[in-house]
Amino acid sequence: MAMFDQYLARRYRTTVRPRPEDYKIRDNVAIVGIGQTEFSRDSGRSECQMACESIKAAVDDAGLRIEDIDGLVKFAMDYTDEMHIVSALGIPRLNYFGECGWGGGASCATIVHAATAVATGAAKCVVCYRAMNERSGRRYGRVPGVEQVMISPNDHFGSIMPYGFATPPSWVAMFATRYMHEFGATSEQLASVCIVLREYACRNPKAMFYGKPLTLEDYRTARMIVEPLRLFDCCVDTDGAVAIIVTTKERAKDLKQRPAIIMGATQGIATQGEMMTSVYRPRISGIPESWYTAQELWRVSGVTPRDINVVQFYDAFSPLIPMQLEEYGFCGVGEGAAFCEGGDRIRLDGELPCNTSGGHLSEAYIHGMNLISEGVRQIRGTSTSQVKDAELCLVTGGLGVPTSAIVLRR
Amino acid sequence: MVMEYNPAIPLLRPHVDIDNQGFWEAIRQHRLVFQKCKNCGLLVHRPRPMCPRCNSMEKEWAPSTGRGVIYTWVNFVYANAAYPGIKVPYLVVVVEMEEGVRIISNMYDSKREDIHIGMPVEVVFDDIAEDLTLPKFKRRAA
Repeated sequence: MAMFDQYLARRYRTTVRPRPEDYKIRDNVAIVGIGQTEFSRDSGRSECQMACESIKAAVDDAGLRIEDIDGLVKFAMDYTDEMHIVSALGIPRLNYFGECGWGGGASCATIVHAATAVATGAAKCVVCYRAMNERSGRRYGRVPGVEQVMISPNDHFGSIMPYGFATPPSWVAMFATRYMHEFGATSEQLASVCIVLREYACRNPKAMFYGKPLTLEDYRTARMIVEPLRLFDCCVDTDGAVAIIVTTKERAKDLKQRPAIIMGATQGIATQGEMMTSVYRPRISGIPESWYTAQELWRVSGVTPRDINVVQFYDAFSPLIPMQLEEYGFCGVGEGAAFCEGGDRIRLDGELPCNTSGGHLSEAYIHGMNLISEGVRQIRGTSTSQVKDAELCLVTGGLGVPTSAIVLRR
Repeated sequence: MVMEYNPAIPLLRPHVDIDNQGFWEAIRQHRLVFQKCKNCGLLVHRPRPMCPRCNSMEKEWAPSTGRGVIYTWVNFVYANAAYPGIKVPYLVVVVEMEEGVRIISNMYDSKREDIHIGMPVEVVFDDIAEDLTLPKFKRRAA
């Protein structure tokens, strides 16, 4: 195992990457519009309708017209399709479209694809969106029971499902057990993450947990879901939609909002992984996809972790925040949980405010897209928990799967 | 046997394909094997078409000692976040085998309070149904 690890490390070191000066996205592309529906437990309408509502809201927010949209990037996991959306909104034509895979790993990846299209001139004005009735429809944390004998759809599922290793909280819990064992991380430290994010949500009237503070006692007495994760370590289930509009920095000058300039937008797959159950790697107390994505993000953007004023970490489960603090370089390996202890360092007046809308744990779970819109609000200065003079914001995509991240600048 | 099944909701069966059939055929015969590269000797699990170290496609099935230690674990306690065909609580473990590879499985003879990371375990074969045998793990003396 050790020898194998060294071999892969050697291959990584000899990888040739494009020069940062050839990276066309940096400082040339911007997010100019954000739109969303309300976040609820039962939207009462179709995902296509919510997608259209959020896209229209983002177009209005930007000061654009529907006919300005010429590109669209969706989640592979989204049930809506671009033909239907184009017809419903009355978009006359699209000349750039595509979809990004791997669940929430697609969130910032949609921005990577949109920004690439805009930077190369393949498109002028690209919409990225996610619409889901994830609470009233199919809940991702649950497994439908099968009534007849069925065969797993692939070797990966065949290696987990027959053992009942079946749900996202259990997949993240598997890493959390090892992380807590190796680094002495405690459930009280995870509780701090949940409590701080709930404080942010209580300042955000659009958050699903607005007006519902969380105490350590509430956290401790909530039911265990998959040990070691308790109820509030897991994100909320949400019906809703979010849309983001990407265009050139030049075009942004004529539009309504202060643009959120994209300094870097990167994706990452790390070797020897599989969807949320990469337990075969030499070390599983970290997330290599996030580390590789971070390395590339800091390299192409010219930004360092020390420059970042505020972060929106993908937080489907609480342990993912300490793990990303480590992988993105905000603290050393094994120090992430201690970083979160007591919560002061990730609060609004702390050194690194995190997930200032309440995040997935307490605002809403729109598969990472509501984290991007909160990143944009921080750059505009319009967050309900505004970091004073926020200049640079990091947003990360779903992890434990092929992941993605962006750096936004004022 | 610790795990209890709900017979109305069968377990999903493994997906047997050309790359992994040697593994599952051995399991049916109550043998645990891992894929080994004939060229460079690298052991990998899950099986795959090519050796990631030397890119050889020549491989064989190497018998495992069946012994390992618990590397990490989870305890399913909330039925709505578990597989509905298995009654909670149940344990899923990752076992690190003596050969160095890891495998996902269940504990065959242990409850939550019996296990810890680093605990020595050995493979046991669980004939759950006529068409389903799975490798599980039980405690062993160190």
